[in-house]
Parts: sequence; structure tokens; C-alpha cells
Amino acid sequence: MPSFFEKLKSGLTKTREKFGQTIRAVLTLGRGLDESTLEELTEALIAADVGPRAAERMARDVERAYRAGKFSSTDEALAFLKKDMCESLKRWDTAMKWNPAGPTVWLVAGVNGVGKTTSIAKLAKYYKDRKKRVMIAACDTYRAAAVDQIAIWAERIGVEIIKHQSGGDPAAVAYDAIEAAVARKVDLLIVDTAGRLHTKDHLMRELSKIEKVLERRLPGAPHEVLLVLDATTGQNAVQQARLFHESIRLTGLFLSKLDGTAKGGIVVGMRDQIDLPVKFVGLGEKPDDIEPFDAQQFTDAIFS
Amino acid sequence: MFDSLTKNLDNILRRIKGTAVITESNTREAMREIRMALLEADVSYKVVKDFTTICQQRAMGQEVLRSVSPGQQVVKIVHDELVNLMGPVDHAIQYNEHGPTIIMLAGLQGSGKTTTAAKLARFLQHKGHTPMLVAADVQRPAAVEQLKVLGAQLKLPVYFEDGGRPPRICERSIQAAREKNCDLVVLDTAGRLHIDEALMQELGEIKDRVKPQQVYLVCDAMTGQDAVNSANEFNQKIEIDGVILTKLDGDARGGAALSIKAVTGKPIKFIGMGERLESLEEFHPDRMASRILGMGDVVSLVEKVQAQVDADRARELEEKIRKRSLTLEDFLEQLQQVKKLGSLQDIMGALPGMSGVDFSSAEGEIPRVEAIVRSMTFEERRDPEIIDSSRRRRIASGSGTNTQEVNQLLKQFRQMKKVMKQFSEGSVRKNLGGGLSGGALMARRPPKPPRGPGFRVR
Repeated sequence: MPSFFEKLKSGLTKTREKFGQTIRAVLTLGRGLDESTLEELTEALIAADVGPRAAERMARDVERAYRAGKFSSTDEALAFLKKDMCESLKRWDTAMKWNPAGPTVWLVAGVNGVGKTTSIAKLAKYYKDRKKRVMIAACDTYRAAAVDQIAIWAERIGVEIIKHQSGGDPAAVAYDAIEAAVARKVDLLIVDTAGRLHTKDHLMRELSKIEKVLERRLPGAPHEVLLVLDATTGQNAVQQARLFHESIRLTGLFLSKLDGTAKGGIVVGMRDQIDLPVKFVGLGEKPDDIEPFDAQQFTDAIFS
Repeated sequence: MFDSLTKNLDNILRRIKGTAVITESNTREAMREIRMALLEADVSYKVVKDFTTICQQRAMGQEVLRSVSPGQQVVKIVHDELVNLMGPVDHAIQYNEHGPTIIMLAGLQGSGKTTTAAKLARFLQHKGHTPMLVAADVQRPAAVEQLKVLGAQLKLPVYFEDGGRPPRICERSIQAAREKNCDLVVLDTAGRLHIDEALMQELGEIKDRVKPQQVYLVCDAMTGQDAVNSANEFNQKIEIDGVILTKLDGDARGGAALSIKAVTGKPIKFIGMGERLESLEEFHPDRMASRILGMGDVVSLVEKVQAQVDADRARELEEKIRKRSLTLEDFLEQLQQVKKLGSLQDIMGALPGMSGVDFSSAEGEIPRVEAIVRSMTFEERRDPEIIDSSRRRRIASGSGTNTQEVNQLLKQFRQMKKVMKQFSEGSVRKNLGGGLSGGALMARRPPKPPRGPGFRVR
């Protein structure tokens, strides 16, 4: 397999043959698309955690577009790549699904330490502020004091919570919660779950059991199944998404911790393998630090 | 499609191992693939660049050209350089002779500081220390509560205050440790972003006030390219002594382990291998490098087995096997022992040549096998031969399985006894080559026994 830059070179040769003098003039002036520019773009993408393969593919797309005459100078390469990425991200369906008959149920999962509980608090606050009656199900009965953590949030935000003792059966909490959500006619039930590594088979089964309990009581539920993904996560995110998706059908991502220096580029990089829309982004520790996904802002941030 | 780093490198290196002539072009090709594999494992791209350059240079040098098997030599170079990248590590903790030794943990949110604080305290408790845990995370709701619960599990004192500023809390905790005769203090600080000036300053203040003997950065193994940025920032602001890499029990390839040392100059000291409080291990670059290269990590496995398996019980069992009186009761107990070691994937991943095999289906079989054996009477467990079709049906319905599965288990148990008999008679070799198909694995072939007293049973 010829290397990426060899391919690029041969590509450029073809271009030269095609456009003859014009392109050669540009190249000699150093204003055309040169290797170092493409390498810089690739590195920027890799540094943003897009991943090496996706980064090289995207660089190839840029190079192809250049050959097709979509832009003509190095300065435009970055702008082209950004525009291309932004447009494709805009195609994501980022709207949250609601159950018109009520209640709406969203299930939230993720590996340990990605910020599930905080993200749920943010979602609860976001929709409470939008005049929804929100209830939280504290299904993380595993981690020490996790129930306390979500209970404190529920109290601060002023939403209802259904909880059991720590160490209890999470599916039982889910059952009680959905019963209560139906009985009390809440608009939105958000189900918190314990952090789990996607490689732990039994824990993934526990998760799908929670999903089944919800579905059995209220056909069509959960209406959204969100995976909370830490923006600092690298290529392992692909495996996380894939294995969570196998046990509970994911409908989207909540990209947390975007307020740091990590770019969360993996959500773009993994699209070849599993394409899940980012629905919300988390930007801090306060309950108001939440925003709906914005393709333009996200793209700008990747290359900032 | 998304092969593990180990598997990737394994393939690349296997190819080059067989190469008789090392040329610039075929090493370049191998290096390019190694570069890709390392990037996919989230190794910092700057580190990758340097790494492959050095390997390439050394591969073209005299040591390879003169070597009898140049391919092997290249593999060795890659291994050596991986070790260089991650090491050396000094696990020794510098103790304070006057008063308690203070260990401070810091890190980003969700990296696993609180769990690690408890694990580290337990680890040092088992080395004869009397640690005290300090809840200096007043930021996250219920973080104090979490540490209190973990402290109670370990029967260790936990110092906490209701609110207040963390530097003051830490300072007062040292006095409390003295009063309680604790010779060691683990400070669990709140998670924070490395770019949060105020909170980073607070860390600096804690450090100035309590003057910890060791400052560890807790870092998530799944972190991507940003790992070096945050590690660098933390190191610049509070000068860390080392890193504890958490969540390595998943399938994260832990590229951060490769990068952090290279970028900050600070080694990984410990690794977190699971949610249970005993799953903290010392980090060994050579073992990690071997693991990455698919050479296995038998040393760690043996240590783990020694720590978890009751040697007397193992000898007893060995005796039984020799006398051919192994029962399903013993088998059940063996399963429990194996489970204590961690997931099958982890155990098998530590063995040479096993890194690429998927054991998740075998993993899933364990509870089923357990259920079947538990549904048998003690008499049946002792003498499976008495299990007739009516007993089979009862066992199947009792364990929520079907009679075929019960049959299969019994058959596998018989086979195992046969293999074990040969084990004890010393004609093992040819029987070990048998199939390694997922589901049947547990019963047919439990993990290959590392050598050492009491392990030959399995």
C-alpha cells in the first residue's frame, strides 16, 4: 500500500498533467496545496482525537476537492475542511424525542467518571426551566454515595426523584420510577444508571434489563437512550459506543466536559463506524452549563 | 476492524520477525504501521513521531545488520523503546520520619480520584501502614459521603469537615492524623480542569500548606490526545511525583501510559484495574511493553494468583486431582477462585499469544455453569455419575437452563478430569493443543497454570 503522501504526490502529478502550467506555477510559488499543509491538517485532526484513520481520510477528501478545483490555495484548505465538516454535522438529528401521550422517558448511560449524574442534573434543569415536570430515577445503586449525589442535585434543582437504598436492584428502581412517572403524570423521567465499563458483560446485561423494564411498563420507552461521552476520551470511545449500542439501542450522545482543552473530535472520527448525533454538550460543573449541540461552534472549536 | 493495539503490533511484528533482510523500505513500512497502531491507541502524536524515528534509526543500525535474526532484533528494539518510553519507575514512597507521610491526589473530574484514594489507602494498609483518608473534595455533591462509605469498608478513619476551604481542611487533617496515630494520610482533592486558574491555585495552596511527600496525578486510561496537555499543566502547577492510571481493566489501550512519561518526565506508578478496592497494582513498564507487544504478562498474573489463591486449598486440590477424586464441588470453588483474579479476558490477556482471543462469551458462561452446579445436590456434585435423566431435568429447571446444557457441562467435566489425570501423570503437552472455542472454555480448559507451588492443578 503506497503511503498517504505518495498517493498525494501521484495525485498531484495527475493534477499537474491536467492543469499544466497553471498549477505548476502555483506549486512553485508555494501557494498550492502542499504536503506540509495536509500534514498540518491531519495532525490538527489527530490532536483533536478524530483518530488517525479518519484524519487521513479527511485529509484525502481535502486533497481530492483541491484536485477537483473546489479551492485553489493552501489558505483555503482549512476553510474548506471546516465547511465540509460543519455541513455534514448539521445533518445530525439533534432534536430530543418526546412521547406526546406522556410521560417521556430518557435513559442515560456511560462508562465510569464521564459525568452522567451531573449531565442528568443539567438536563433536568434545562427542561424544568422550560416548564416541564421532571423526575429522576436514581438507578446508580452501585457506586458509594451515588444516590446521595443525584438526590442532592434533585433537591437543588427542585425536581422529583425516585430512589432506593444503595446496593439495591437498579431495575427495581427503574420499575418504581416509571410507575410513579405514569401515576404522577410527569412530563419527563430521566433514568440515571451506574457507570460501567462497556467490556463488563454482566453489567451491560443489567443495563438492558433496565431498558426492558421501562419498555414493558410503557411501550415505546425509553424514547431517548443517551450515552454520556467524556470529551477527553480518545479512540476508546468507538468501542464504548459500539458495545453500549449493542445492549441498549443508543439514540444519541451527551458530550460532557467540553469546557476543558479536549476537543471531543472522536464523535466526528467514529462516524464511519457508528454515527450517533451529539444532542447536548456539557461545559462545566454548574447545572446551567449545558447547551444543545451546535455544529458550527463545535467545528470551530476542533480547529481552534 | 478495530483491533487492539496488541493485536495490531503483534501482526506487524510477526511479519517483520520472519524477515531475513532488513531494508530501509521494509522497516519504514513497519514503522508506519506501528505509528498508526500507536495513534489508534491514543499515544500522543508528538511522542509517536519521536518513537518511530528512534526505532527506525536503531533498526538501520549495526546491531540489527549484524544480528543473526534481524527481524527479531527489530522487535526487541521496539520493545526496548516502549520500556524506555514508560520507565523507569520507582515505586518507593518517600516516607516522612517526623509525623505522617502525606500523599496528595489530584486530577480531572471523573478520573477516579476518590476510588483511587481508597485503593491506595488499602494498598498501603496491607503494607503495614495506618492510613487516614481525607475528604478534601467539597465541590462534587456527596463526594465526602462516597469517601466515608469507602473508608468504612476498609475500616479506616476518614477526616472530613462540613464545608470550608480545602487547604484548611487538609491542614487540620494532618493534626487529626497525628492524634489518631495514623502514619499516612491520603488527600482526596476535588476534580478540576487544568485550565481553571482558581482551582489550580487552590491545589498549590494545599501543597504549600501540608507539604506532601508524594503528589500523584490520577489519570483515566481512556483519555485521548489531551492526556499530555492536562498532565503537563498539572505538573507545571503543582509538580507531581507520578501518575496513577485508572480504568485499565476495560479495553482502553492506554496510550496515555506511553505519552505521559515522555512528555512530563513523570512515571506511571500505579494502575487501577477495576472497581473493587483491591484492584490497584504497581506499574511495570517492561510488563506493559510485553503486554502491548503480545508477549504476555505472566509475571503479573503469577503475582495476582499468589495474592488471591489460598495456597493450602490449592495443594489440597492438587492432591485430589492426583487421587482422581475431583468433584464438581471443587470445580465450583475453582471458578470462584478464578473470578477473584478478575475477568477472564484480563487473565488470559496476560498470557503469551492469548491477547487476540475474545473470551467474552466464555466469561458469560461462568454464571450459567455456576447455576447448574449449584442446582445439584451435594451428593450429585461429589459423584456426577449418579445424575440420570430425571435428575438432569431437575437440575436444568432449577438452574434455568436446559438438559443439553447440563449434559454439556457434565461431559466437559469428565473431559477435564481426564486431562487433569494426564496432567498428574505428566503427559500434558499434546492435550493442551485442544480447541479454545469460547463457550466451552471454562469447563474444558481453565486458564493454563503458571508454574509455581500449588498452581499445577489448573
